[in-house]
Amino acid sequence: MEVFSLLIDGFSGALTPMNLLFAAIGVFLGTAVGVLPGIGPALTVALLLPITFRMDPAGSLIMFAGIYYGGMYGGSTTAILLNTPGEAASVVTAVEGNQMARQGRGGPALATAAIGSFVAALVATIGLAFLSPYMVKVAVRFGPWDYFGLMLIAFVTVSATFGASPLRGLTSLAVGLWLGLIGIDQLTGQARLTYGVPQLLDGIEVTTLAVGIFALGECLFVASRNLIAPEKPIPVKGSVWMSREDWKRSWKPWLRGTAIGFPIGALPAGGAEVPTFLSYNIERKLATKPEEFGHGAIEGVAGPEAANNASAAGTLIPLLTLGLPTSATAAVMLAGFQQYNIQPGPLLFAQHADLVWALIASLFIANVMLLVLNLPLVGLWVKLLAIPLPWLYAGILVFATMGTIAANPSVVELLLLVGFGLLGFLMRRYDYPIAPAIVGLILGPLAELALRRSLQISQGDPMILFQHWSSATMIGIAVIALIVPYLFKGLSRMGADED
Amino acid sequence: MSTSTKIANKPALVVGIALILVAILTAYDASTMNIRSGYGVGPNATSYLVAGILAILGFSHLPVALKRMDGDVPSADWKAVGLVGLALASLIICIAMGGGFVLGSALLFAFTARAFGRTRFIADFAIGVVIGFLIFLLFNKLLSLSLPVGPLERLF
Repeated sequence: MEVFSLLIDGFSGALTPMNLLFAAIGVFLGTAVGVLPGIGPALTVALLLPITFRMDPAGSLIMFAGIYYGGMYGGSTTAILLNTPGEAASVVTAVEGNQMARQGRGGPALATAAIGSFVAALVATIGLAFLSPYMVKVAVRFGPWDYFGLMLIAFVTVSATFGASPLRGLTSLAVGLWLGLIGIDQLTGQARLTYGVPQLLDGIEVTTLAVGIFALGECLFVASRNLIAPEKPIPVKGSVWMSREDWKRSWKPWLRGTAIGFPIGALPAGGAEVPTFLSYNIERKLATKPEEFGHGAIEGVAGPEAANNASAAGTLIPLLTLGLPTSATAAVMLAGFQQYNIQPGPLLFAQHADLVWALIASLFIANVMLLVLNLPLVGLWVKLLAIPLPWLYAGILVFATMGTIAANPSVVELLLLVGFGLLGFLMRRYDYPIAPAIVGLILGPLAELALRRSLQISQGDPMILFQHWSSATMIGIAVIALIVPYLFKGLSRMGADED
Repeated sequence: MSTSTKIANKPALVVGIALILVAILTAYDASTMNIRSGYGVGPNATSYLVAGILAILGFSHLPVALKRMDGDVPSADWKAVGLVGLALASLIICIAMGGGFVLGSALLFAFTARAFGRTRFIADFAIGVVIGFLIFLLFNKLLSLSLPVGPLERLF
């Protein structure tokens, strides 16, 4: 098959010493930020964008992908040992994982999380490699109206379907869309909402928004809540290896978690936390010992951890084949592609085939590296949690502002950064989700372009969006996804905050 | 919580009014645009669309403001938030006045650490200077990216 030869070419590109080094740096950083509270993969990639600006595109994209996968592994460590999930996709892991750690079974909990993540990422990356060429074949026939329909689905699912309340999610999205208006219009050169400030003509940088809203916002929020004493990590006692029974109870949840996570990630359905909730509920229903749930059931760690890694890999399919990010991290990675003037989408596979396949191959390599980093070296990561909070957050702020100062050393840019930090703080405080704002900023201008191109072709007739069955179907799905949460109030209660 | 019986959820009211104000601002900005597109719709159409979405969301917040909140807004340590604000302000002022990256970062580090409960300001400032210098050397020497230079950086 063609995919095999492309993959072999990809491996030969990924296995150069430099690219291996980038993959290693990526998974190392990714695991570290996954373990540390307060910084997630989206923020880390955003911080690294200005630094990698002058580097080789393949190398830095491989590094970003390593950070993305690594963050998914690292989050489980904090969830299990500290009961404070490092990122939202690990919220469910904390439920059973922390109970296991309290009973002295922290080792097997970490092991089933790491091996489950490995199995899921392996299967899902194979899925990514084999499905992407088919997606590309479909996507090359997409017209601008189809892209507009797809983006509507992404907007609605990211903001409305599973948030704390659709109103809050949509408000966050609208803030992102509004920020996307600022600057020069791509089609006509008209300046919008710039008020004569020259720095605003280029628009709001995704990195400035992401770093401000994640790093500064989180830092302000934690500072405001630091009255409460932080929890101490539970030391890992005994063997980290799993018993025969642990294996027997884990392998099915791994595969089921993968089967749930991958399609949800691959569809523009938003967020890695949704499949973890679904997986947890299914494992609880299918468990042979349901009474153990809530008291440290290994299935409740194995399933959700597999689900979140599978969905992380699945998210890369719409990102690479359609240029459609469905999570905050994917949105920041899209900005990473754009800084090298590489636009993900069907053409990416034609114009930069070597780069894409090297990236996919390096995901397999990163996955193996992560298994090694997370099983024998777990003690090292636990030590990271010993960094005193004042230094940790002070350091985060220094690194966060450094990126902006290096890329764009203007007072206006720094004021924007601080303004977004304040916005992020208020959104956290009053429980508005953050990912929709980031996705809105990066997808808003693309959706506008798709809509206006459609209307140019139809000479201003908006019915063009409904005359093609494909775009009409997608707009229909978006509308249904917007209405459904109001019909099933219980479903929307499942939501948690995002990465 | 407030004793007012009418408005039980003040944050929702503030968000609603803010959204409506931004919507008016955006619509006004769109009305002043003078570039027109030959085919299809012009750049102001998107502005009007976003302004409309903002206005709808703003008005949707108003009935929420009359209902009681689901949970209480958590209490906040405003002194700590103010210290982080001071930390960020001292960085921006330092960069704007030509004080350089290292000094700005050291002030940022020390004030933020203080906001999180550290009391040894001088020691934290020293740590901030060391971190700032390491980043400066890495950036300016290895990555050939230029960070703002002040009196401290000129020593190298």
